[in-house]
Amino acid sequence: MTAGFRFLPSVTVLVLAGPVLAGLVGTLVPALSERGAAFRELAAWPGLEAAVRLSLVTGIVATALSLLIATALTAGWWGTRAFRMVERLLSPLLSVPHAAAAFGLAFLIAPSGWMARMLSPWATGWERPPDLLIVQDPAGWSLIAGLVAKETPFLLLMTLAALPQAAPGRSLSVAQSLGYGRVAGWLKVVFPRVYAQIRLPVYVVLAYSMSVVDVALILGPSTPPTLSVQITRWMSDPDLSLRHQAAAAALLQLGLVVLALGAWRLAEIGVARAGRAWVWGGQRRLAERSVRSVALVAGIALAAVVVIGLLGLALWSVAGFWSFPAAWPDALTGRTWTRHAADIHAAFADTALIACLATILALTLVIGCLEVEHRHGLRLRRGGGAILYLPLLVPQTVFLPGLASHLIWIGWNPGMCPVILAHLVFVLPYVFLSLGDSWRAWDIRFATAAAALGAGPARVLFFVRLPMLIRPVLTAAAVGIAVSVGQYLPTLLVGGGRIATLTTEAVALGAGGDRRAIGAWALVQTAAALLPFAVALFVPVILARSRRGLQGG
Amino acid sequence: MAEAGLVLEDVRIMLGNDVLVSISAEIRPGEVLTVMGPSGSGKSTLLAYLTGTLAPEFRASGAARLNGRPIDGLATEARRIGILFQDHLLFPHLSVAENLAFGLAQGTAKRRQRVEAALAEVGLQGFGPRDPATLSGGQRARVALMRTLLATPEALLLDEPFARLDAELRDQTRSLVFRSVRDLPVVLVTHDLADAAAAGGAVVDVRGRRL
Amino acid sequence: MRILLAALLGLTTAAHAQDPADWDAVLQEAEGQTVYWHAWGGSTTTNAFIAWIAERAAETHGVTLEHVKLADTADAISRVLSERAAGHDTGGAVDLIWINGANFAAMKEQDLLFGPFAEDLPNWALVDVDGKTVTTDFTVPTDGYESPWAMAQVVFIHDTADVPEALPGMDALLAWAEAHPGRFTFPQPPDFLGSTFLKQALLDLTEDPGPLYAPIDETGYAAATAPLWDFMDRLTPVLWRQGRAYPQTGPRQLQLIADGEIDLAISFSPGEASAAIANFELPETVRTFVLERGTIGNASFVAIPYNANAKEGAMVIANLLLSPEAQARAQDPAVLGYGTVLDMAKLEPADRARFEALELGIATLSPEELGPALPEPHPTWMTRIEGDWIQRYGVSD
Repeated sequence: MTAGFRFLPSVTVLVLAGPVLAGLVGTLVPALSERGAAFRELAAWPGLEAAVRLSLVTGIVATALSLLIATALTAGWWGTRAFRMVERLLSPLLSVPHAAAAFGLAFLIAPSGWMARMLSPWATGWERPPDLLIVQDPAGWSLIAGLVAKETPFLLLMTLAALPQAAPGRSLSVAQSLGYGRVAGWLKVVFPRVYAQIRLPVYVVLAYSMSVVDVALILGPSTPPTLSVQITRWMSDPDLSLRHQAAAAALLQLGLVVLALGAWRLAEIGVARAGRAWVWGGQRRLAERSVRSVALVAGIALAAVVVIGLLGLALWSVAGFWSFPAAWPDALTGRTWTRHAADIHAAFADTALIACLATILALTLVIGCLEVEHRHGLRLRRGGGAILYLPLLVPQTVFLPGLASHLIWIGWNPGMCPVILAHLVFVLPYVFLSLGDSWRAWDIRFATAAAALGAGPARVLFFVRLPMLIRPVLTAAAVGIAVSVGQYLPTLLVGGGRIATLTTEAVALGAGGDRRAIGAWALVQTAAALLPFAVALFVPVILARSRRGLQGG
Repeated sequence: MAEAGLVLEDVRIMLGNDVLVSISAEIRPGEVLTVMGPSGSGKSTLLAYLTGTLAPEFRASGAARLNGRPIDGLATEARRIGILFQDHLLFPHLSVAENLAFGLAQGTAKRRQRVEAALAEVGLQGFGPRDPATLSGGQRARVALMRTLLATPEALLLDEPFARLDAELRDQTRSLVFRSVRDLPVVLVTHDLADAAAAGGAVVDVRGRRL
Repeated sequence: MRILLAALLGLTTAAHAQDPADWDAVLQEAEGQTVYWHAWGGSTTTNAFIAWIAERAAETHGVTLEHVKLADTADAISRVLSERAAGHDTGGAVDLIWINGANFAAMKEQDLLFGPFAEDLPNWALVDVDGKTVTTDFTVPTDGYESPWAMAQVVFIHDTADVPEALPGMDALLAWAEAHPGRFTFPQPPDFLGSTFLKQALLDLTEDPGPLYAPIDETGYAAATAPLWDFMDRLTPVLWRQGRAYPQTGPRQLQLIADGEIDLAISFSPGEASAAIANFELPETVRTFVLERGTIGNASFVAIPYNANAKEGAMVIANLLLSPEAQARAQDPAVLGYGTVLDMAKLEPADRARFEALELGIATLSPEELGPALPEPHPTWMTRIEGDWIQRYGVSD
């Protein structure tokens, strides 16, 4: 039976790479048909230049800012009480779905938003909202803000995960004993090793930020929109020729991502060279005080924006009439919730079903792969590791439309199964990345000890390894569920519109602008993503309350 | 009747072109073979070979037999060779009693009594429900020993099992271990001369040279 | 190969649907079917109404109705198109589409629709065929390929606290907007309502609407639309956000009025404002008006794709939508506030009483005040001015 598992790594590679490659082919064929007519039509679209610029600028700026804040926070505050506080504030934000965070931000910063209401009219003198283009501004600043609020926690946690291997405490003490300031010392001795490990996650953030659809629909401009939003529009136009144009634009999108990744790589080399010169120079300090205070303020502000945004959503969901500039609604009412209860209930059930099944499949494959690696030494090496990132690096707008066409062509009707499999493509890498390190770090001698007591591999797996790793396994499951809950485009395109999840419903309602409804839906969406984390946090505590040896890990 | 005890016949373990281990030995029931050497000398490679957990990059030749039974190629759990590590490795998610029950073969009757008796044998009556993390080093060593013995191994490997204990406790535990495993062939890996002396058997290095 | 796959996957279904003329057979076949109704899902009131229809369908006919909520009707059409491209001529994913105008014209022209069925529905006898534009859709004859279920007419929603008087025409609207910059906007074309604003402006500004009811004649196009582009050139800079951002849909404008960001908005539903007031989405000072030269009106239809999986069930839903009970409910401003397509004179007294009992709502104009609706221009106009608007104003930041 041990040999039976050997096929699992191949299945995993197929699950990850198959849909991406099939989708790419499905995009390439229409884009290149009719001798490039689609590209000529794309070139003739008057909004092309602006859309391309917008995608590039928002993606690169959002990634750079997120990395900057995450790095400055760790450099300035790692190991302090303030750092633990910010970490605790930011970690839950990781699982808040992008769409919900974006709605919250929009409600907060719009000219008629909560922030303006709280300051008006006593401080601003505004009796009416000012005619300011804040949300959906043509330069994409609010889109950038929304992305930074979500990507900074991601990069921060990736950094934290990479830290133990960099042994920052000792390195930093050595640097400090040589007279280096905290920030300068960290950047010179710890950051280079950490960055080498978070490089792929940074690339994921860059590719994602350049091609995101739901956040750009909510916060991004519309005259014209970003390239990925325009691709989604063309994809759903009744005029079939626009699909070819969409495919051509999708290839352009892929080219842009490759270009941006290349440019980023070059910038890395440049920064590394400058960094070496800086090390040679021996400067002991880097504006320590300002870097530290700016980073801390930025970290707290990001957390505050999302949390207050979510509170705003909660308030709108129970608001009666609420005019500007009132900071509080005229009355509170449960009407919105009663009106939507049945729909929310149904969508919640489907969302939970999809998320749970996709996560169970992902966990099975991941644990299977890791077991094969453990039993047979068949490790997903460098190439295999890169395949994990494939679905995260190739923009969804590039391969999902092609994948959806394939599914229709082979006659697989839209429904639960294809959607669950499409979610699996995105859930699997995150589950693998979340669980892999803890799994491999487990002391393998426990397996030898158990086997020497006569336990077979299955008994070792189910009665020793899994129970000891219950905390990371549950955390990986929570990560998987949160990823699935947040998926918009795979559900929409592969589900053919038939599968209504909390996310697709919330984004569809977003078009209608009914803040009360959006508030209720986005809150439930957030809860669906956060709840599993609470479970992952508390279940092991309850299970392990009489087992001190488990509490550390 | 087949030969009794653990026989190593011209066992050679290579990593690339380097010979790490080269040893021949016959360890009769009740005998102890002590393998000594500094860390990194290949002692744990020999133990990994004997437990069947050698990493794939190693190549091994020769043969090992236990009570006449060839054990090369068998899964760890099928070899009936027990092992004690210096960290004792009690499963942290199980209670002391559950750890011991884990060692009992499936289908063993009167499991509870067997576990209680094993605890009593090493002076740990009533420790069954305890969390292993709350035990002292010596107590952990004793539980680990009993867990191994409850699995009724035909040979025992000791991987520096006394290294983490302070001097007085080490003597007590050592004599307890050697008393308890009287009729098993034992391979002891250590860099402590006192361990070797207490074991009383032959002392060799990983190249099979007598010391 | 594909046929084989389709057969393997159990996609086969009765190749021929029941003839709607034999209604009992249709009812029998429909029982137990699941109908996927693809309809725009951005309005919570419409969603609630469709959910109510689903309850009635399950209770009275054993038909399960699933509302597939679309961000855009075109999604459903592209679904049917891709199914046909893949050779799936049966067992399609879409059973019923909320449709009209250019989408209907496109589907009818490409033979993507099942029918004719509409005029064989039992409740067709109650429809006001003469008084309402239910047999043509944007000048295209429906020929029984779609069944009407609601009447819509353009009204303007104004907050009387800021715009006390009704504006008689587009010139007056422009003058008001110039005097109050940043207080008016419309949904961004190609949103349906946004394109309707362009057509409404064109109809109101043109001297001779005649050519608008025939396919575009290239030679006259520039001259015919010149007044519209002059108007838009002056209006755009004084729009909300100087025309650099637009609400993406109609309901989004209501939120903007409630937030005090704008004072005036266009709507295609005379009862929408009253319904929104009841839902706390608009202030109580909001009222509606129509232009003196009249406003565009049209009917909303449902159509059945040629490859629908549950054609009988879809017809049952279409007929249910035409029932006096459903029509009166749709007209109730507390529910939807849509106009009925039925002829009051053809109804039983009890059914007529349902309509007479309706409180139209504080912001809803009476049928007399609404006046006769202007017919929709030929669909080629909508496509063309939509494209030109995007070129001129839609992509410049």
